[in-house]
Order: sequence, then C-alpha cells, then structure tokens
Amino acid sequence: MKTTLRLEGLDCADCAAKIENKVKKLSGVNNVSVNFVTSKMVIDHNEQDAAKILDEIVAVVKKMEPDVNIKRAL
Amino acid sequence: MALSTNKKRLARILAGSVFYAAGLLYGAEGTTASLALFLSAFVIIGGDVLLRAVRNIYHGRVFDEHFLMSVATVGAFIIGQYPEGVAVMLFYQVGDLFQSFALNKSRKSIADLMDIRPDYANVLRGDKLEKMDPNDVEIGDVICMRPGERVPLDATIIEGNSMVDASALTGESVPREVTVGDPILSGCINVNGYIKAQVAKGFGESTVNKILDMVENASDKKSETENFITKFARYYTPVVVVLAATIAVIPPLLIPSATFYDWIYRALTFLVISCPCALVISVPLSFFGGIGAASRNGVLVKGSNYLEALSQTETVVFDKTGTLTKGVFKVQEVVPTGISGAELLRTAAYAESHSTHPISTSLRQAYGEDIDSSKVTDTNEIPGHGLTTVVDGKRVLAGNAKLMRREGINFPDPIQAIGTVVHVAIDGDYAGYILIADEPKEDSARAISDLKRAGVKETIMLTGDSKSIGEDIAKKLGIDKVYADLLPGDKVEKVEELLAQRSEKGKIAFVGDGINDAPVLARADIGIAMGGLGSDAAIEAADVVIMTDEPSKIATAIMISKRTLRIVKQNIAFALAVKFVVLFLGVMGIATMWEAVFADVGVSVIAIMNAIRALNTEKIGNDDVDIVKLDGLPDAELQKA
Repeated sequence: MKTTLRLEGLDCADCAAKIENKVKKLSGVNNVSVNFVTSKMVIDHNEQDAAKILDEIVAVVKKMEPDVNIKRAL
Repeated sequence: MALSTNKKRLARILAGSVFYAAGLLYGAEGTTASLALFLSAFVIIGGDVLLRAVRNIYHGRVFDEHFLMSVATVGAFIIGQYPEGVAVMLFYQVGDLFQSFALNKSRKSIADLMDIRPDYANVLRGDKLEKMDPNDVEIGDVICMRPGERVPLDATIIEGNSMVDASALTGESVPREVTVGDPILSGCINVNGYIKAQVAKGFGESTVNKILDMVENASDKKSETENFITKFARYYTPVVVVLAATIAVIPPLLIPSATFYDWIYRALTFLVISCPCALVISVPLSFFGGIGAASRNGVLVKGSNYLEALSQTETVVFDKTGTLTKGVFKVQEVVPTGISGAELLRTAAYAESHSTHPISTSLRQAYGEDIDSSKVTDTNEIPGHGLTTVVDGKRVLAGNAKLMRREGINFPDPIQAIGTVVHVAIDGDYAGYILIADEPKEDSARAISDLKRAGVKETIMLTGDSKSIGEDIAKKLGIDKVYADLLPGDKVEKVEELLAQRSEKGKIAFVGDGINDAPVLARADIGIAMGGLGSDAAIEAADVVIMTDEPSKIATAIMISKRTLRIVKQNIAFALAVKFVVLFLGVMGIATMWEAVFADVGVSVIAIMNAIRALNTEKIGNDDVDIVKLDGLPDAELQKA
C-alpha cells in the first residue's frame, strides 16, 4: 500500500536524499521517494504492520531532521 | 510553521546584531569585555548552527553544511578574528533565511500552479445537498455544481446547461458549452450554469487526480543534469574540505615566510564555500517549475528526464491520421457528369446509407438531409470495390475504379485527385465522382513552423495512406519528409531506422494518438500522445501527453523545456564560476570570509530566484521564439521574461 507524508520545513535537498536512503532500508518498506520540491514522501510499504512501519519512518525522519514537521497527506 | 521558525530566526539575528554592533563600538580589541560581547553575539546568532553540527556528528554526518560553517567561524575565533567570526555567521544566517524565504515562495508558486485539486463535492442526498470529501463520493452519486465551482469528479451531466472552463487541464482558455448527456471532467470550472451530474469515476480514477499524481511524481524520474549534480555534490564537499586541510598545514611548513595564522584563515574561507547547496536546491526546483509550467499549458511531462530530452529534440516524427489531420473524412469535391452535383451527392448518400464505413458516414454528412431508407433496396457490398444497390428504382453503382471496370462502365481514368474517390454510375451510365479526404487540423501548419523556430531540424510524417495523399498533406503543412504506404508494424521499423541515424545528442520525438501506436511511442526517445484529456490509453502509453488535440502544443512544450534547461545551465555556470573564483581568490589570500559567505548563501538565493522563472507560463507562445535565439547570452537579456 502507499502512504504519503508531508515533511513540512524540509529545506535541504541533501537531507531529502539522505532520508530517502535511510527509509529505504527499513524492513517492510518496498520503495520510497522523497520529493524535495513538494516536500512529500511517498512510501510503498507492506500492509501488514503498517502502523508500526510508519512509526519507524517518522522516528528516522525525526532523528535526521528534528525540525521537520511530519503530517499525513491525503 | 516554517514562517514562525523564520520569525524566530530573524529575532535572534537582530538580537545578536545588537551585541555585534556593541562589540564593534566598544573597540578595545583583545580585552575580555570585547571577547565577551562578540562571543555573546556569536552564540545568539549561530547557536542553532553549532547545535545542529554537534547533533549531526553524533548521527554520523560529518561533512554537513552546519558543521563546516561552525568549524570556519569557531576557527576564526580561535585565531583571534572575533568580529569576522561573528560577521560570517551573521551573513550565513541572513543568507540562509533568504534562501528559506525564496524556497517557500517557489514552493508556494508551484502549489498554486497545481491548485486544481477540488476540495469538496456537493452530493445530492434525498433532496438535500451534502458537502463531501471527493474521495468519499461513489460512482453513481449525483453531484451539483454552482457557477464558479470546480468539478470534483469525472461525471456525466443529467440536468442543466453551462459553460465549462478546462484551462487548468488543457491551457485552453475558451470555455466549452455542455449540456445534458455530456461528460465533464474533474478539475474544470463550471462557469455560469447550475448543473447536476452523475459521477462516472471515483476520485482516484478521475482526471484531476491522475494529472496531479503524474506531475507530482514527475521529478522522481531524474534528468541527466540532476544526476550529475547529485554526483558532483557527493565529491565537491569532501574535496574542498581536504583542500582546506592541506592549505592550512602544507604552505606554512614549506614556505619560510608563511604563517599558520594566515593560511588557516585561507583554509577557513574554503570551508565556508564547501556546500554545493545552490546547485542541489535550484536544479531540481527549475525542472519542477518547467514541468509545472508545461502542465499549465496543457502538456503533461512525465519526468524531468523527458523535459531534458525535449530540449534536445532534433527530429519530430508525426503519425498523420488523427495527429496532423482530423482523422475525420470529409467530402472535398463533387464532380458530376450529366447530372447536377446535388443529385450526384444525394444518389451517393442514398446508395451508401446502409454502410457504416467512415467514407459512407462522410457522404451522408455532406448530404445533410434525412435519408428515407425505404427507397434503397437490394444493397450488395463487394469487398474492395464498393457496392451495387437500387435507389428509387434505378440501379446504382458506387465504389472505386475497380468496380467501374468490373461493371464495364466508361469513366475517366485515372483521376488526378488526392484522396479517396467514389465513382457513381446510374443505370449503367457514369454519373461522376465524389472526392473524400481527411483534413489537416487548423493549427497543423503553425505547429510545423513553430517547431522549426523552436530549433527542430527535421519534421517527418509517417502514414499508411498512399504516397500522393501523404505528399499532398506534407506539402500543405511544410513537412520535410514523408514515408507513405506503411503498415502499423513498419512505423516501428522506420523510427528505429531514424534512431540509428540521429546524432549523438539529438533526440527523436514521435507524436501519435496513443491508441494504435503504443509500440512506436515506446520506441522513440520521447513518445508524445495527443488528445490525452479523457483518454487513459494515451496517458499510459506516452512520455509526454498533450491534453488537447492541438499539435502546436508540441512546440510550446519544447520551448518550455529549452527555457528550463537554459535556466538550469545558467545556475550551474553561475554557481560554479562564483565558487571557483572565490576559492581561487581565497587561496591567494585576496578573498576574505565575506566573499566566501556570498559564494555560499548569496549564490543560493540568486539561483533559487532564477529557478522560479521556470514556472513562468505567460511568456510561452510565439514571442518566446526570441528567447530561444538568446541561447548563451547573459541572464540580463532574459530577466525581462
């Protein structure tokens, strides 16, 4: 399944790439793309344990960029 | 959110500046009081940068902008350059703040550009209207739209008349009239009437959602330029840092007169310029802006890589029918022999009244009056020839030259006409012929001339029709080359041939309707499909989708791509030039940290502001040709755009 997160306040393209790489390595994540321009992260992840996977993703982003505000997009 | 963070930063910068000014006024360099003032200013202004630097090292990210800036400024303090340490941090923060503003502004412009997502749908429940999230509306629900409201889902009108404005989807600003039974697409604006419509597709499958999805995901497919920047960024920072370390240590050891103080200062200058931020931010931003501008013009570009390829288009190959021509047959000429033209047309229309062939349809359309089919009897179709029938008791033959010969009719042969000829004979006597042909679209000729002006070297047309028809159309439109009598499979072969001949950098675009030519679209460097609005097949098959039926949009797309690439190149050249010049001056001891800060954040701000221009949709059109010619000229020439 696909989930889109908005990463508000993401202001370095370099961090976008780094977040992408870290999240890609999480188990349960099949694919992820962070769009720096629209500040959106689209994650293709397993349906099973979706909530847990998303929590891990949020934790990764928070660790890399504590100033980013994460919101669930439509 | 971002705004309030920026406000806090601004407050800190101002407060810190007060201490900095106090430090400068106090003078008395080297005293504890002076150090205290400057140190306070430094911590107030740059505390967060230091903090982030420490935190990032903890996370294993060493070569980070904040870390380098911290080392540079703390280094300045250590060698006793208090005012400079504070000033560099101050300017870095001001520049970074500007960068953040510029970035937010361009993000907002992009968001505005794509603000075609409907927020709500008015759904009829019983006799009441309920405001719902378009996601929750189901197929078959009835939605109502007042004047000025956006159509939330693809639907079919069941009540009311109105004009709809599809400019957000197609770039076409003239509203279209719709009435009961007509489909309306989500993303359009209902202009003046109150309409009720039945939902035909869920939101996920609706046009507006598909378009937004595509545009937003377009930047995932990276252009070569973007990949180059990513690679460049990976090496740039470490290389500059290593150089800085070398500069700090080697010259003072080798050159007798050189001091550590002097060379460490030069090394610190290097560290300030070691972030490739200007490029890393502005290049993707420009591409995204270009894709946004194209979508505003009714052209969907499915990736930055395709936008880049478009700018290198050398050859445009067109499929004829449905792309350059309307794909609708029309009576062009009625040439009677022995009877009146009206009589000939009437007879032909009657004779063909039972057939569903496009030729027959065009005859009936040209005749225009109702056909009393009871007057037509004994119709007999002869495949590959035409038909024999009885109209008003007279035996009528309608078909090609082969039919006339077979039935032993005397007729003028061959006829020098371009198109399909329908001969008619009544009771054994030749009665004349009717010429039927496909028509070029209104803007086809302009499309070809615009492409030439946009820098396309060759235009080629592929067609399954005969050579004479193909060449006639090509001559009318100004197309360079025609390959006629092609079977669908031959088109792929032709494109492959052309691909083998093209120059290394030049790209070949193929334009088709996206329905029968999917393999050719896939094979070309850039597959362009026409008439994408409402056609899922076209959207799926192509790399670039023209939402309307206008071939002239191809030139528009190429112009947008060229402008985008020009902005990207300007930014790369500008950023690298400034950085390298300041690096060089830094080594020579001419440039100070002040110039270095400009080379870092100043360049970023300028590059971002330049990138925003890629979004500008207004200047695209005929007058944009001037801009194409300006290639390579300094930015000032373009700034007026």
